[in-house]
Amino acid sequence: MMRLVPRTETSLPWQIATPILAVLATMITGGALFAIMGYDPVAAIRTIFWDPLFGPAAGYSRPQLLVKAAPLILIASGLAIGFRAGIWNIGAEGQYIIGGITGAAVALAVYPAEGMWIFPAMVFAGALGGWAWGMIPAMLRNWFGASEILVSLMLVYVAQKVAAWMAFGPMRNPEGFGMPGSRNLTQYPSAANPELIDGTGAHWGVVAAAIAVLATWFLFSRHIRGFHIRTAGLAPRAARFAGVKPEALVAFCLGLSGALAGMAGLFEVAGPAGQITDSLGSGYGFTAIIVAFLGRLHPLGILLAGLLLALTYIGGELAQLTLQLPAATVQVFQGMLLFFLLGFDLLTRFRVERRVLA
Amino acid sequence: MIDPISVFLLLLAAATPILFAALGELVVERAGVLNLGVEGMMITGALAGFAAAHATGNPFIGFAVAALAGASVAMLFAILTQFLLANQVASGLALTLFGLGLAALFGKPLEGIKAPPMPIGPLRINWIVWLGLLMVPLIWWFLNRSRAGLILRGVGENHDAADALGYNVRRVRIAAIAFGGAMAGIGGAFISISIVLQWTEGMTAGAGWIALAIVVFSNWTALGVLAGAWLFGGVTVLQLRLQAAGVSVPVQLLSMAPYLATIIVLVLISARQKFSHRAGGAAPGSLGQNFHVLR
Repeated sequence: MMRLVPRTETSLPWQIATPILAVLATMITGGALFAIMGYDPVAAIRTIFWDPLFGPAAGYSRPQLLVKAAPLILIASGLAIGFRAGIWNIGAEGQYIIGGITGAAVALAVYPAEGMWIFPAMVFAGALGGWAWGMIPAMLRNWFGASEILVSLMLVYVAQKVAAWMAFGPMRNPEGFGMPGSRNLTQYPSAANPELIDGTGAHWGVVAAAIAVLATWFLFSRHIRGFHIRTAGLAPRAARFAGVKPEALVAFCLGLSGALAGMAGLFEVAGPAGQITDSLGSGYGFTAIIVAFLGRLHPLGILLAGLLLALTYIGGELAQLTLQLPAATVQVFQGMLLFFLLGFDLLTRFRVERRVLA
Repeated sequence: MIDPISVFLLLLAAATPILFAALGELVVERAGVLNLGVEGMMITGALAGFAAAHATGNPFIGFAVAALAGASVAMLFAILTQFLLANQVASGLALTLFGLGLAALFGKPLEGIKAPPMPIGPLRINWIVWLGLLMVPLIWWFLNRSRAGLILRGVGENHDAADALGYNVRRVRIAAIAFGGAMAGIGGAFISISIVLQWTEGMTAGAGWIALAIVVFSNWTALGVLAGAWLFGGVTVLQLRLQAAGVSVPVQLLSMAPYLATIIVLVLISARQKFSHRAGGAAPGSLGQNFHVLR
């Protein structure tokens, strides 16, 4: 017989080991799944996890790593702050979409004017849009006690409808021959979010993601607010005695994670995506939840987890091309990864002991 | 030219997926477990049910398989939360993400196929709609009048006390989670087999999340779940009617209605619960907390 004994402190070695174990378990289970579906498991795993970085076509896929990782890391950094405090923003996808729309709105409103101020104004508008969308669940929770989980998630569907409406209605390109979708911002120099250094994939979103990682690290390790957040998550009653106002914390966490997601949305619309379409939401907001957990809600962990999940996106696309693997494979992989991570997490909080029968 | 009876029949049909999923989640939450994986279990049921109905030509076999499939994926959540003591919010989210991915992966070959025809039940109403309506008094009776229901509520209200009385908290919760999965599976299959009549990726479109909101709206009662599901069904039918009538509001804005209505209803009911004398309304005392004893 085995039994579980709670640890007095979470185990640091296991905290580092469990994400790695989860990734390995996902590869093994994923390989088994591929074998069942009739694909060569070794080739599939190698195509997803190895070839994008070191394979024959790595020159094309490597820059994509930063392009995909930037929004994930940016969003996950914000989410992790809330998750640590026990505030569950799971509607980052909606805040991402709205941020993309409000940011692009600035550019579309002043088109074709040129100026240094346009892009910063767009970034600000994107952050503001995401912030506002995140403040809806925050205020509804603070004023009426409505679950921020359900409200923020419902607002994802609303945001998707807003994006569709914009693409077919108010933001449709007047010179687009009636096709849905806005003007392409990458062809509008003042509004474009270009690759900053050739061949790296790094655009302004990558810079913002790097800043977000450093800022959250500073917040958690050096700033009193970070201390309050951690206390609120671990011991809500103690936090109240320490002077933490729960309402202020809810507004801070949802507002900040909304603003970061909104910025991520703007960087995407002005760069890799290029325009407002009805498929503006690309799932980054949901994948970022996995990134936050896989990274243990820690800035450095989120950085690594964001890069890994970006790899699965690129590897998944590669496997679609070379092995005709279905597109949804990556989604299944990401779900599995979160499952394994949550399962192995047991080891950080409990010791497994053999029960001695007296 | 709106015929009230046909509108009511449409409302009943539109409410059925949510009714099943929310009744299942009601039992799960009354046992003290918060499973946010409803959307994932519904889409799994939608796919598995449709595949089985298509393969056998019998929609009823489809619904049975959907129940089994929903319960099976729910077991992943049960293992995580009941044995590995993982956070319930995160595990539920994982189940939703995994279910959506899995269904998209295995659903590809079924796209574009039509569902087998379903025999119409009494009073022009689908058999599964009848089953859903029948489940309301059954679950009410189970929760409020049966011994097993009393134990289940005890486990949900205070798992330490239930454990001290000698009840197996884990076993009760696993059974509840399996039941919730089966109900969500049937609800999902109703969308693919009886409403849309085919399989499309992501077809549950948030129905599982709306079901979760309706459990809060119901104040954790079976009758309240029925009221919430009908309210939702009403909004959906109204919205579709307005679209068909060619109202000068963009289609995309009209189709927001079910989600906005859910938020509004959630806010109203949360406010009532917040400002009433008992904080948290009738929410089970141990909701969302994991149970672990040192023995």
